[in-house]
Amino acid sequence: MRKSKAIIAVLAAGTAVLAAGCGSSPSGGSSGSGASSVDWSKVTSLTATGKTDMANLIKAAEKEGQLNVITLPSNWANYGTIMTDFSKLYHIHISDAIPEGSSGQEITAVQTEKGQSRAPDVVDVGTPFAVEGATDGLWAPYEVQTWSNIPANAKDANGDWYADYGGYVAIGYDPSKVKVAPTSFASLTNPAYKNMIGLNNSPTTAGAAFAAVYAAALANGGSFSNIEPGIKYFAHLKAIGNFVPTAIGGPTTVQNGTTPILIWWDYLLASEVSPVVKGFKIVIPSDSSYASYYDQAISKTAPDPAAARLWEEYLYSTQGQNLWLQGFARPIELSTLVSSGTVDKTAYDALPPAPSGSLSFPTQQQQAAAENVVTQNWAKEVG
Amino acid sequence: MADSSIQAVAPEAAASGATPGPATKIIRGAIRWSGVLPFAVYVALGLALPTIAIAIGAFKTNAGAATLGNIDTAVHGTYLTGLRTSIELSVVTAIVPGIFGLLIAYAIHTAKRGNVLRRVVITASGVFANFGGVPLALLFIATLSTTGVVTGWIKDIFGGFNIWNHGFTLFNAFGVSFAYMYFQIPLMVLVILPALEGLRPAWREAAENMGAGTWQYWRYVAGPVLFPSFLGCLLLLFGSAFSAYATAEALTGGTVALTPIQIGALLNGNVLAGQENLGYALGLIMVVVIAIVMVGYTILQRRAARWLR
Repeated sequence: MRKSKAIIAVLAAGTAVLAAGCGSSPSGGSSGSGASSVDWSKVTSLTATGKTDMANLIKAAEKEGQLNVITLPSNWANYGTIMTDFSKLYHIHISDAIPEGSSGQEITAVQTEKGQSRAPDVVDVGTPFAVEGATDGLWAPYEVQTWSNIPANAKDANGDWYADYGGYVAIGYDPSKVKVAPTSFASLTNPAYKNMIGLNNSPTTAGAAFAAVYAAALANGGSFSNIEPGIKYFAHLKAIGNFVPTAIGGPTTVQNGTTPILIWWDYLLASEVSPVVKGFKIVIPSDSSYASYYDQAISKTAPDPAAARLWEEYLYSTQGQNLWLQGFARPIELSTLVSSGTVDKTAYDALPPAPSGSLSFPTQQQQAAAENVVTQNWAKEVG
Repeated sequence: MADSSIQAVAPEAAASGATPGPATKIIRGAIRWSGVLPFAVYVALGLALPTIAIAIGAFKTNAGAATLGNIDTAVHGTYLTGLRTSIELSVVTAIVPGIFGLLIAYAIHTAKRGNVLRRVVITASGVFANFGGVPLALLFIATLSTTGVVTGWIKDIFGGFNIWNHGFTLFNAFGVSFAYMYFQIPLMVLVILPALEGLRPAWREAAENMGAGTWQYWRYVAGPVLFPSFLGCLLLLFGSAFSAYATAEALTGGTVALTPIQIGALLNGNVLAGQENLGYALGLIMVVVIAIVMVGYTILQRRAARWLR
């Protein structure tokens, strides 16, 4: 930590000298570009006019011509289209490192590749990792133009990170094998579902499976600060033979009948399972609505700071938000899109209707405590 | 070996009078040792450096301060259970395939050289011993899950008998052990075969000439000669099972606590954030366990080598 602070100090000193150098030449730099005098790595929001407005950001980003993203699978949340469209629109080449990687690997890459031109500019991580990164001083605070449309409990007050897209824990099932339609967590204890119900992975490893346990807790008398009833619930499902604890739940295990009922994010059930299982149905359990969102953050040591900021502006534009929706992910500004009538209606209707009421999320303390409870108790109680 | 030959040369050279200077000796020594340089570099980069990094990380907090907290957490609660289960699972999946593998190896050992079946078994063992990971889990799911092919056959043959309704499952420690047999038995065949080949027919003939029966030959001659090799092979199987990861993870979804899976959750997971150093601590404990196993293996191999040269 001390070392990284020293590096930042040196960088800051360096940029200060550069800025001073630029300031001394009233012509505004030899290149003649107005944007060159702006240190985009320090810009925390755009201004309506002047050197840090949208036009200058585009100019600076196009000059960088490069954006390093990480762990964005092209078939995930429509990222393939989003990256292609962004590249075409701004003539910026995108390098996507380890597309199938995890949030943990993103954080590691930001730390270990610091100072290299291939280091990640922006990340898309689970909230615990966004918070960890903020604690470690990895992010450059930035507020997109539509900042006020992001609910306050879904962003860092300082602008270090901000929710991007997510969805609800949902139950997906193949009606050709599941004769009685499940509607809730309570309904899943039906003996007809013997050897049928799966999670996508282990809740000690995968965010989605962890969320499913949290959701089950909410349905069984638990709360954000008490996830234990969720673990008990799955232990019960296992004891009566309904729960199949495979860690490779997904389209394949639904297709081959290993887990004809799969508890997963609604957007992943819609995007990954629905296309390959005829008549596949998705419901948000009536006795629990648990939503979770991923977060965007810009690396403080981004090699392409302007392109990173332009990428965020693009993602939080109406177009970017609708692109996520077309990938079945619920964009964080969805309610604004709906109320302003700019939402992509077809994409919106493909998802199960969202439960009424405003979004609520566990606090970081609650989340961290719940993670430790699941880590300690999952194998002990469910195994 | 290299050491003794260097020493053997030196006195002779001194006596002949035409003494090469110490510099020449050093150069000669350097040339002799340069052959292992690539291997030394490989070991340093691939084994020593990561081990040191893990050892250091295990005793650090996220902020970089020294601590014993990670080790403390690693030997309590679910992590202790994980270590215990890992060792138990590895012991079972070493002994059972060890016995099966020995029997199969003995069967092909007694077959004539050049026998087709013998060659097929050896080649197939080489392939199957290296098959593992998620593909192996998928293979078992495709054949033996509730809707698997073999499950279906059993149903057809035995009038609707569904093994899954009678206690069979792939998705627990038993299922994992079962899947491990798939690569452990062939591995045992491969590693024990050279030891069996080392049993000389002359010993048997000599024993029989002195009136020993089959039981006595095995009890007093072949058994004691083979035993250290057999134990050594079991230790190798133990190490193989102890470090296996993806198959168990895919089949049990974390419901069976195993140390490698826990390390995976800490280092690569999407749930636990900022506990990487605990992962290093678990890794260090695994390194220690494997180191103990390797020392045991070396000692047993040395004993076995006396007879099987």
